[in-house]
This record gives sequence, structure tokens and C-alpha cells, in this order.
Amino acid sequence: MTSTEARIEVRELTMAYGDRVIQRDLSFTIERGDIFVVMGGSGCGKSTLLRHMIGLNEPAHGDVLYDGQNFWAAEPAARDKMMRRFGVLYQSGALWSSMTLAENVALSLGEYTTLSPALIREVVSLKLALVGLAGFEEFYPSEISGGMRKRAGLARAMALDPDILFFDEPSAGLDPISSHLLDELILELRASLGTTVVIVTHELASIFAVANNSVFLDADTKTMIARGDPKELLEHPPQPKVREFLTRGESQRELKHG
Amino acid sequence: MTINTTDGSRQAGTLRVENPTGDTLVIRLSGAWKLSAEIPSIADTQKQLAETPSIRKLAFDARGVTGWDSGLLTFLTTLIADSERRGIETDRAGLPEGVVRLLALAVAVPERKDTGRLDERRSLLRMVGAATLVAANETRKMLAFLGEAFVAFLKFLAGRARYRRSDFLMVLQEVGVQALPIVTLISFLVGVILAYVGAIQLRQFGAQAYVADLVGIAMTREMGAMMAAIIMAGRTGAAFAAQLGTMQVNEEIDALTTLGISSMEFLVLPRILALALMMPLLGIYADLLGIMGGAAVGTGMLHLGGTEYYVRTRAAVGLDDFAAGLIKASVFGVLVAVAGCLRGMQCGRSSAAVGAATTSAVVTGIVLIIVFDALMTVIFDQIGF
Repeated sequence: MTSTEARIEVRELTMAYGDRVIQRDLSFTIERGDIFVVMGGSGCGKSTLLRHMIGLNEPAHGDVLYDGQNFWAAEPAARDKMMRRFGVLYQSGALWSSMTLAENVALSLGEYTTLSPALIREVVSLKLALVGLAGFEEFYPSEISGGMRKRAGLARAMALDPDILFFDEPSAGLDPISSHLLDELILELRASLGTTVVIVTHELASIFAVANNSVFLDADTKTMIARGDPKELLEHPPQPKVREFLTRGESQRELKHG
Repeated sequence: MTINTTDGSRQAGTLRVENPTGDTLVIRLSGAWKLSAEIPSIADTQKQLAETPSIRKLAFDARGVTGWDSGLLTFLTTLIADSERRGIETDRAGLPEGVVRLLALAVAVPERKDTGRLDERRSLLRMVGAATLVAANETRKMLAFLGEAFVAFLKFLAGRARYRRSDFLMVLQEVGVQALPIVTLISFLVGVILAYVGAIQLRQFGAQAYVADLVGIAMTREMGAMMAAIIMAGRTGAAFAAQLGTMQVNEEIDALTTLGISSMEFLVLPRILALALMMPLLGIYADLLGIMGGAAVGTGMLHLGGTEYYVRTRAAVGLDDFAAGLIKASVFGVLVAVAGCLRGMQCGRSSAAVGAATTSAVVTGIVLIIVFDALMTVIFDQIGF
């Protein structure tokens, strides 16, 4: 453990697919209990950054540290151990289609805990109830709606009570009310379990409702152009682009037509 | 946006270029500027611009325009882009309001020049180099996959592999029992074909009875295993690639990875094991059906007695022949499963990629089957097996 409170630290991260650089020189820290938002326009590399943080893509350059431990320099076994503390909610839910919802949630519990099958069933029911899916244990992912799949994905991500939850576009494809409920749930998780949350999104309503820290990725300059609390960024935007994004381009229109 | 659709819209769009002062060109548009109507060519205007270099400003008068759509917009964007290249200023005030707004929208986001996808012209040398790199990379990935699969297999032997028994049983059923009908049909017919081909030749020497030997040995040594394997490549190899490919597209494999569960153990291992176990059984079954097909031709067409055919087959086919077929079938089983799983795991993230992965799995599977069959046949012959 290091002296800082930093739960996740990204240092001079450069991401690339082959020769094509997506983003370069990203450096930021996420503290314990933060709700951290990765924002930016479409196609700027938000989801790619998430994939680098959760260990699916290896950085072209730079490091990702968890509690001061370098993720990519670690042995595969140590890396596995670090990954076990994450929960990830994928954009489409990514539920395993050959398993029922209960089996989806139970898999990691069966793998990594010594709970009895009966107890696992109870935990699974609790997790599904938390996301409003009580009674859907024996349904297959193809039998439920997209919004329900996303919530089931969240139940699976929370199965092991992870320290850090990653969300990839959580409100994409959700109606405003469901999306609001999800925001409430995120705040609740942080308040009750002290979970650190990292969200990739461009939903302004969610950003202002939950986030207390953020990074703004820019597709043109291929690097981050702002970081900090989104509400403060709105009040004192460091760059016109950030202001434009956070006001849905309204400020620019005012300048033009006003 | 108002688009006029009165009877004037039937009248095709016309264009008149005026040059009131030395440095201004006024373009008068009238009639219907629609994609469905005839639109004047832009070439004349461009020519005039090129011929009079003194022009510094372009103005429009569109009062006569009775209707417009993308036809007018395309004309104008081309013209404006062209004049901007020549350093000519365009005054859009004379254009309909809707047109002005759409033009502003069209240039709001500048074209991305750094996408690296436009205007790719590559030399032959560069293409050969790129293809070589792709091939080398492909080989590396294949070896890595085989290595990982082997490690997973060792873990399985040590009893430490993590997979769901129910998945394994499911695959077992899929590649075993459910494949029986098609294997029955194909093997029986292969036996019939072999017997026919043999009968035509052997009848010339009055040696019809040897059809039993021919069919028996060919089926057990070669055709039983090979036909079953080719059926499984098309049936199961393709299914494996499609299943794993779809899981890749749907981020299900990522979800396993972030949970720290090896997709090699969880998804690939049960599939390879199931096919390696079931393939020899299917091979034996195919042998039997093929011999029955041969017997049908022998008794029906060559008038051999059923008992005679049976006795000849027993005399001709030895345990060696069976064993050779069994060994081949086991190897083919692993090859088909590896080809299917490899292509599935390598699948890209689109529905087109799943299709490509499936095709590639079948092709890879069949090529591997034939190559290894040839190799094993030569080796068995050399060691006198």
C-alpha cells in the first residue's frame, strides 16, 4: 500500500491499435470512493480506456496502478487476483447466453468462494433482487429485455462485492426512468459499500447526478484536455470544447445567434 | 425549410452566369433544382471561373428557383469548395434560407484527414510484405492457441481445470448422438459408392467377391474416419466457431476474462475433449454403416450371398485396420475442434466477422484433416502398420 489514497492511478498511458494511436499521455488518479466519469465525444476512445483499465488491452506505453501495484508489470497470477476485485458491467450486459441469470451471477461465487450451493442460491437471489429482477432466476438472457439484461449484468458484476465497479455506457439503451434508477443505485452502492465506481458515458444528466471526478478525452488532439469534478468544469471550463460538451453545444449556439 | 412544389417544379433547373462588375460573378438559378429533374452541369461554371482569374467574389440569385433538394446542395457544395480553392469568396445571401443552413451544417465538422483509409495505393512489394507479416502473425497466434490449449489440457489431467460439467455433457450430446443421422446417411452411401466403383472393375476379372475386401479395408482404414471427420468439420467445427465468435462479439469472453476465468478452460477445453471422445465412436459407427452399404450392393447387384459377404469381410479386415482408423479418427476429432475453437476465439467484433470465422473454421478443419490423413497414411505404411 502506498501513502496516497489513490485506488487507481493511470500514468502516461498511451493506447494504440497497431500504428493508430487512440489517446496519448493520459495521467489521472481515482481515489477510494470516487465516482469517476470518463467522458468525451463519440469515438474518442472512452471504451478503449476502460478496456485498458480492466486488463483486456495492453497499453502501448504507460502504466495502470491499483493501490500502488502496477497491473501490467505484475505476474499473471497477481493480475488475476487484482481483476477479481473488479466488477465490470459491459455495454450490452454480456451475459453468458447459455446460462440462466442465476447461473450467470453464481459462476464467480462458485469459483472463488467456499459457500454452499444453497447459500450461493440465496446470495444470487439477493443480488438479483437488488437490481429489481427477483423471480427471474431461471430465465435465459435471450428471454428478457435489453434493460433487464443490463441490470442482470450489474447483478453479476456485484456478485463478489467488488471494491471497484466499472460501467461501460450504463444508460445506453435505457429509458430516462431506468437510467435515473441506475444512477440512484450507483450512489447507494458507494454510500453503503464504499465502492469506487468508474463510468464511461456521455449522458450529461448522469454525469452531473453522480460524478465527483472525471477526465475528458478529446478525439482531435488525442489526449485528455480536462479533469476534475464535472460541476466545477462546467463553471470554469478550461477549454471551449469542454464547455460545449457539458452544455450540449448550447453555449456555442448562444454565441452565434445571441 | 420550404420546398416549393408548384407546377414550376416540372420545369428543369436552369443556370445563367452574369458578370456585372469586373471581380464579381453572379449566378442566377431558376426552375426546379431537383435530383429527379435535369440539373445543369457544373463544368461550364467551373470553366468560366478558371478562364476569368480576375473574379474575386461569387454571388447568387435564387429568386427564380421553384423547388430544390439535394441536387442543388450537391451543386453548391462542389462549386463553393472549388471557388474556395481558387481563393474566391462566396456570398450566400442570395440563396434560400434552408439551403444556407444546410450548407453551414455540411461544413460544420471538417473532414478527418488522419483516418488513413482514403486513397490507399500500395505497391506490390508493400503488399507482399504486409501479407508476410499477416501470415507470420497468424502462425504465431495459432501456436499460442495450441500452447494454451495444451496447458489447459494438462490442468484438466491434474483435475484443476475450471469448466462446467453440464456444458461438457451438452457438447458431448451435440457432437455425438445428434450427429448420428447424418453420419448414417453419408457413410452408408460412401459404402455403396465404393462397392460400385470396385464392382465395375472387379467384374471384368470375375472377382466380384473381392468387393467385400475392398469396401471393408477402405472403410475401416480410411473412409469411415475421414467422412465422419469431414461431416463434423462442417457441422460441429462451424458451430463451435459461430458460438465462440458470437460470444466474442457480445463481450461474453471479455466478461469471463475480467472474472479471471480462462476461456481456454471454460469454453475451449470441453469442446475439444468432447469431440476427441466422440470422433472415434462416430468413426466405428461409420465403418459399420459403410460395410452395410457395400453389403447392400454386393447382395443386390453382384448376387453374393449375405453370409459370403460377411465371411469375406471378416477375413479381410484385421484389428490393425480398425486401430488405424481409430487413431485417425481421434486425431481428426482434435483437429476439427481446434480449428473451430481457434477461429471462434480469433473472431472480430462484428456479425460479418462471425460469418468469416465460421467459413474459415470449416476450411481450416478440412485442410487439416486431409493433410494429416496423408501424413498418417504414409507413416503407417512406412512402419508397416
